[in-house]
Amino acid sequence: MIIGLGHYLSVAAIVFTLGVLGIFLNRKNVIIILMSIELILLSVNINLVAFSTFLGDIVGQVYALIVLTVAAAESAIGLAILVAYFRNRGSIAVEDIDLLKG
Amino acid sequence: MTLQAIFFYLFGGITVASAVMVIAARNPVHSVLFLILAFVNAAGLFVLMGAEFLAMILIVVYVGAVAVLFLFVVMMLDVDFATLRRGVLSYLPIGGLIGAVLLVELLAIVGAYAIVPDVTKAIAAPIPPPNEIPNTQALGLVLYTHYVYFFQGAGIILLVAMIGAIVLTLQHKPNVRRQMIAEQVARHKASAIDIVKVKPGQGLP
Repeated sequence: MIIGLGHYLSVAAIVFTLGVLGIFLNRKNVIIILMSIELILLSVNINLVAFSTFLGDIVGQVYALIVLTVAAAESAIGLAILVAYFRNRGSIAVEDIDLLKG
Repeated sequence: MTLQAIFFYLFGGITVASAVMVIAARNPVHSVLFLILAFVNAAGLFVLMGAEFLAMILIVVYVGAVAVLFLFVVMMLDVDFATLRRGVLSYLPIGGLIGAVLLVELLAIVGAYAIVPDVTKAIAAPIPPPNEIPNTQALGLVLYTHYVYFFQGAGIILLVAMIGAIVLTLQHKPNVRRQMIAEQVARHKASAIDIVKVKPGQGLP
């Protein structure tokens, strides 16, 4: 039984779908939404590394490194915004974030 | 080969199962812990694929930094997470439908793809044989030469993220006395000390 490219792409597809589903289901909780975004970026990384190794091109791993950097920066900024928002409003529910509606 | 299959299904299965638990757990702390489990098992998948450096970076960056950051924020914010979970079941039909459609489409692509035979002509940097040059060294040979601008761009992204996070969360309370270095440096002898000639036998007025 040979584990090929399709197996890894399937795992990545399932994890991607679970990330999207997490955003749909937990649409009130910003922390779960941020974690779902991390899951989506993880599935992108699995895809990049799978294509990199099965096509024999190491540049895909360089891209995966960049995606990893962006994911770390995104979660740091997102959580900082969350903490600052919680200090101002005392709540992190998504439906309370409507100040720009006037 | 069969050992590889066993470990693939082990790591892949635990990754998918813990991804399910991330979005299904009631307690956000449990969600973060399952996120850590998902990342560790994805690192196992990376090792299976031969990308050891990225696997170790995944553990260091995600488990060491991002997940701990999540854990810190979840425990620091005093939020009633039970009220935030209300209404999850009402979103389940439409969310499940969209998720199922997305998954079927993605798996259809995975099941039906074909790689162009002459794709090997377009390879930018071939992976050297791993028994001659290990993965970390091969990645470094590419990253620090042809892709050095990407490397520096990643550094700038991290710098901007660091400054942004500090600016967003730093707060100056009004009644906390802080060190003011400019005032300290600007002191000079004439303003700092006062020489008083005291005549003998008399005290200071």
